[in-house]
Amino acid sequence: MLRRLHHEQPASFEFTPANLAWAQAQMTKFPVGRQASAVIPLLFRAQEQEGWLSKPAIEYVADMLGMPYMRVLEVATFYFMFQLAPVGSVAHIQICGTTSCMICGSEDLMKVCREKIAAHPFELSSDGKLSWEEVECLGACANAPMAQIGKDYYEDLTEENLGKIIDDLRAGKAPRPGSQVGRFSSEPAGGLTSCIDMPGDKEAANGSVGPALAIGDVAKKIDGTEVPLRAPWQMSGQRGAIGIMGAGQRPMSAVQQAAAAKAAPKAEAPAAAPAPAAAPAEGAKGTKPAMLTEARDGKADDLKMIKGVGPKLEALLHSLGVFHFDQIAGWKADELAWIDDNLEGFKGRASRDNWIEQASKLASGAETEFSARAKKDGIYE
Amino acid sequence: MLKDQDRIFTNLYGMYDRSLAGAMKRGHWDGTAGILANGRDWIIEQVKASGLRGRGGAGFPTGLKWSFMPKQSDGRPHYLVINADESEPATCKDREIMRHDPHTLVEGALLAGFAMGANAAYIYIRGEYVREKEALQAAIDECYEAGLIGKNACKSGVDFDVYLSHGAGAYICGEETALIESLEGKKGMPRMKPPFPAGAGLYGCPTTVNNVESIAVVPTILRRGASWYASFGRPNNTGVKLFAMSGHINTPCVIEESMSISMKELIEKHGGGVRGGWKNLKAVIPGGASCPVLPAALCEDAIMDYDGMRELKSSFGTACMIVMDQQTDIIKAIWRLSKFFKHESCGQCTPCREGTGWMMRVMERLVTGEAEVEEIDMLFDVTKQVEGHTICALGDAAAWPIQGLIRHYREEIEDRIKARKTGRMGAMAAE
Repeated sequence: MLRRLHHEQPASFEFTPANLAWAQAQMTKFPVGRQASAVIPLLFRAQEQEGWLSKPAIEYVADMLGMPYMRVLEVATFYFMFQLAPVGSVAHIQICGTTSCMICGSEDLMKVCREKIAAHPFELSSDGKLSWEEVECLGACANAPMAQIGKDYYEDLTEENLGKIIDDLRAGKAPRPGSQVGRFSSEPAGGLTSCIDMPGDKEAANGSVGPALAIGDVAKKIDGTEVPLRAPWQMSGQRGAIGIMGAGQRPMSAVQQAAAAKAAPKAEAPAAAPAPAAAPAEGAKGTKPAMLTEARDGKADDLKMIKGVGPKLEALLHSLGVFHFDQIAGWKADELAWIDDNLEGFKGRASRDNWIEQASKLASGAETEFSARAKKDGIYE
Repeated sequence: MLKDQDRIFTNLYGMYDRSLAGAMKRGHWDGTAGILANGRDWIIEQVKASGLRGRGGAGFPTGLKWSFMPKQSDGRPHYLVINADESEPATCKDREIMRHDPHTLVEGALLAGFAMGANAAYIYIRGEYVREKEALQAAIDECYEAGLIGKNACKSGVDFDVYLSHGAGAYICGEETALIESLEGKKGMPRMKPPFPAGAGLYGCPTTVNNVESIAVVPTILRRGASWYASFGRPNNTGVKLFAMSGHINTPCVIEESMSISMKELIEKHGGGVRGGWKNLKAVIPGGASCPVLPAALCEDAIMDYDGMRELKSSFGTACMIVMDQQTDIIKAIWRLSKFFKHESCGQCTPCREGTGWMMRVMERLVTGEAEVEEIDMLFDVTKQVEGHTICALGDAAAWPIQGLIRHYREEIEDRIKARKTGRMGAMAAE
């Protein structure tokens, strides 16, 4: 299936502070140098925050993880849970249509969606609040037919109770997730045939419905403040430093190990973990180049004409005091190193993308291949 | 019928206190340090003796799989990866473990990880299970805070971390090497084997990938003994197992039962019987989408275990079955599975990328009857050409349900085609 970015994209994306803290905590689950492993959780949180996944969000996540944009775009287009175009502003209803649900009536549920939301999947309802699609097996087959709305599963659906859920969402009410016919979870509807009277206090709701009820508003856009961030794998204190995989102690990737093994003297036992990949040294590297407090004559050059500089990076450069191509063209090697080190979230970009070479051309009034194309296609307009 | 005191998942429906304190009341995390003190080899021996076979579908002996991990580290860390990407259509058993009895899984991760010399476990849960992910992460957090995992886990001197990550809606990531790719932050495309994950898996390090249920049953096996576990089921198919039933039965459910239970008993006792009575049964898909369908005649005496299903030329799979009554359009039911596999093919191998779409389109014609009778053989032939010619088993999984359909329901397909041609209802369609 062809999946492309939406033709209309927002200008920028940023995690809310709480989501940013959450995202940074996820990155510590993986070994040093393997932050790319966190790409799916981060993209998904970006989608939860905005409702869909935009190009700026993809690039933001790529910058956070130090991944090329293309690698992240590849992930975003491969996995079907990423909505690459806006969905209903309140809710996107995903009806499971695979065999178990189909033979239990999911086609009737989709008929309800066609009538109450929009004639086609992914089409917004006329009020813009809702949209729907058919998805493949959601793994709640003992409660078929069912649908996912946001984080929650709505199970044992009928045309009537799905219609009611849709009406509630539209009216701003929070429907109760879980079984819609009064089952607790996936036990036989006729009464328990197992797990009768086990130790432990009775719970009020099952493990999926409980967290939803605790938050209340099931259609809420996630900003990270819903549940406190615990991340105990980083815990210090009574159990010592940050678990066994904590900063500086985490196992290294195969490539890092090979490099470390080469560097380490042969006599050293392999069990002794070599030092982790060089962290940024104390204090800034290189020399800070001369900066301006504002653009000359109040008119900055369009730094986005440099390939690799987008709106976000341009704003960052402005905040550092870089406004003109000739400033960049004039950097010396140690000044370039300083810039590389001080591009928060974009470290190393200046040298990787050859900014100096590009800026020299642009400063002289010439075009680079990229700037010519960017102007012609109007990619930043 | 399995007695409540012999259940491993004592809180399968989440009705009782799901917190660590509640889990401990039901006997979990009891004497874990003592079990660890018995050493790695002892644990692997016990698991081998219990006869536990992989619960994710393939049924590979779990203890044997663990013993493939290198005994000594060459400097690389070892990983246990737990496959919680439960996406096989009809399968909904691991979800109950993760949201309702998560401590069985976390404790199992520690014990299994220790046995194979792993430094950490990564649990990869399917992205759609958002609440289940929250429930499981909460359980992991509790265990860290109680000192049960992390540094000096359970005060045993063992350091072991458990991390939870997730996917984003790709069935293929249930294949172990695709899962590893996805966990590394890439598209979930299966890797060529060899090298096998035990040699070079996650981040190029020795890795074992196990299903959630395979890991979650381990603590109880070690506590109650291999012989206790082996006392259930037939030889080579021992143990207790989570079963699920969906479709046309009176009370669909997930249930823990003894292995080698008969299909009929399972459906009658826990599923409340087939809708309209056992005589109204048309067919059962026994263990998830890739298992060939069994017509009612074969279900009568079917034994639900690995060997029992193999004898019937189907497969035990995940033991989560789809029950279909006489009113079901069986051709359409299988067509929907073909559509599923077409949607989920990762596109890496041509036979699968093109074949799944091709098979789905021919199936579509068989559903409406707008086909020639010869197309049935052609379709069968194509399934044979896809089968076995792809890197992973998704191509095979797409082929098997169609082969099963043609094997058992050829008459019905032909009947529909003829009925369409003559404009008259066929004998079968008139039922």
